[in-house]
Amino acid sequence: MIIDLQKFLQEEETFWKELESGLNKIESEPEIKMTLDEVKRFQYLYQRAAADLAKITTFSAQPEIRHYLESLVARSYGEVHENREKPHRFSPLKWFFVIFPQTFRRHIQALLLALAIIMAGCIFGGAAITIDPDAKAILIPFSHLQDSPTKRVMEEETNKEDRLQNTKMRGTAFYMTHNTHVSIFMIALGATYGIGTVLLLFYNGVMLGAVVLDYILASQTTFVVAWLSPHGVIEIPALLLAGQTGLVLASAMIGWGERVPLKSRLRKVSGDIVTLIFGIALMLTWAGFIEAFISQYHEPIIPYALKTGFAIVEFIALVLFLGLSGTKRNSHGQ
Amino acid sequence: MDSNKTNKLLIRTPEGILFSLTLAGPIIRALAWTVDIGCILTLTMVIRSLLKFFQIVSVDLSSALYIIAYFIISIGYAIVLEWYWRGQTLGKKLLRLRVMDVQGLRLQASQIVIRNIMRLIDNLPALYAVGGLACLVSGRAQRLGDFAANTIVVRNPELAEPDVSKLVAGKFNSLRSYPHLCARLRQLVTPQEAAVAVQAMLRRDELNPDARVKLFNDIAGHFRSVTPFPEEVTYGITDEQYVRNVVDILFSPKL
Repeated sequence: MIIDLQKFLQEEETFWKELESGLNKIESEPEIKMTLDEVKRFQYLYQRAAADLAKITTFSAQPEIRHYLESLVARSYGEVHENREKPHRFSPLKWFFVIFPQTFRRHIQALLLALAIIMAGCIFGGAAITIDPDAKAILIPFSHLQDSPTKRVMEEETNKEDRLQNTKMRGTAFYMTHNTHVSIFMIALGATYGIGTVLLLFYNGVMLGAVVLDYILASQTTFVVAWLSPHGVIEIPALLLAGQTGLVLASAMIGWGERVPLKSRLRKVSGDIVTLIFGIALMLTWAGFIEAFISQYHEPIIPYALKTGFAIVEFIALVLFLGLSGTKRNSHGQ
Repeated sequence: MDSNKTNKLLIRTPEGILFSLTLAGPIIRALAWTVDIGCILTLTMVIRSLLKFFQIVSVDLSSALYIIAYFIISIGYAIVLEWYWRGQTLGKKLLRLRVMDVQGLRLQASQIVIRNIMRLIDNLPALYAVGGLACLVSGRAQRLGDFAANTIVVRNPELAEPDVSKLVAGKFNSLRSYPHLCARLRQLVTPQEAAVAVQAMLRRDELNPDARVKLFNDIAGHFRSVTPFPEEVTYGITDEQYVRNVVDILFSPKL
């Protein structure tokens, strides 16, 4: 049976246009807030359009009208039926001191796994360069680290000029963006069920272990500690957090022991993943500054003891922050 | 390939209404992203030009700001626009695409961030090969980023309401001489058959002459078999006129 389409259109078109203009307004001006009356009217218009869609689907197969109504109902549906918790007003301080460290602790097992993988990589890299020093070019793919560590230390320590003058800010920007890019990549690789994240963590561990052992074997332990530690005590944990985040994503995809659909598992961890990403970006911003302004200067410009001492203070502060910040609020919240 | 692959996502509302969303395929999405790449490059060039003034103060600072600006724009462009415009970037707006939650709900900020950082993987090894392949294989045309963020990209084509009255306005309809047969026709014709007739009328000028004659012959033949009218009212009218008269009866019963 066919309804009188023209009459139907004439009667309902006004309501559809009103709903469409409301939707256009919501979509083009996302910051506007509707009054209670406007919300009630919007819901009424949505229900009316939904009912019209039901009628036209049942009584007439007019495809254009049906598509038009489907489009209206689909656009309104998300607005009316969204019942997930809406984030409260964003407070940067609360996020930094409470939410970020709490999120980090909530996934501590993933961090320990990331630590184990990177440690395995370090051991492998260190062992490989000890057994076969000729493999250095493969293990450490950086041209400026191919020379003998002793030669480099001698050059650095005899250099009295500020060779990084007028390039420090650029260096900072490069370190920040490059490391953040690598970290995001490591997190995104969690979508490969964690295989990519594990490989990248291991590879970074191999490089780190090879560099450190190369300098230790050349009796340049003090230099390498003072060179790497000021930024490394933040950068390496940031890398670990990236691995942790990638593993959290992988864990949600695999869903060990969880009898919930993949969609729900991913939805559950999505907020935590984003929190950790922004936390990592902040850590790498700090590490970028330190790497450009402190790490690349050596004795006699900056004493090694001072650099190492600074690194120890940074590391203690980081451990205290990630381990304790937000704990009181958490216990009350629970 | 996913055997359930379709370009529609069906959603049933709590009120029991079923509606479908048209999923956007990889080609149209690639076109939208090409527009977005153009926007990112333009924005970056503008910032580069502006930062030239900073070189008076410090070349080092200017270079650093450029590196950071490029990084933020390339990562943040889609995140900021999709958040502000509810699932649309400039490219998506132009091509009438929109990112939506896979259940048709409103996008959340975390979903937007995740789908956009996953571009790094979707872009591997180059030109979104992984993302494009995932899109082709996935039942909901999702790239890996969409999969991880529980999102889909839908297409909202501009919809024009058809005006049936224009098809039949002012034309004499001989079939109306038998109102009881008109009523029977309305009763027996299914909505799908009616839609076929209307679509044929609306698109008749797009058909080549032979196809047009054959199509209307088939449709008219079907309607003749559903409700036969006496020869005195059908004599001398073409198949196309017959179908037009049927559409007139089905969609304007009170005229």
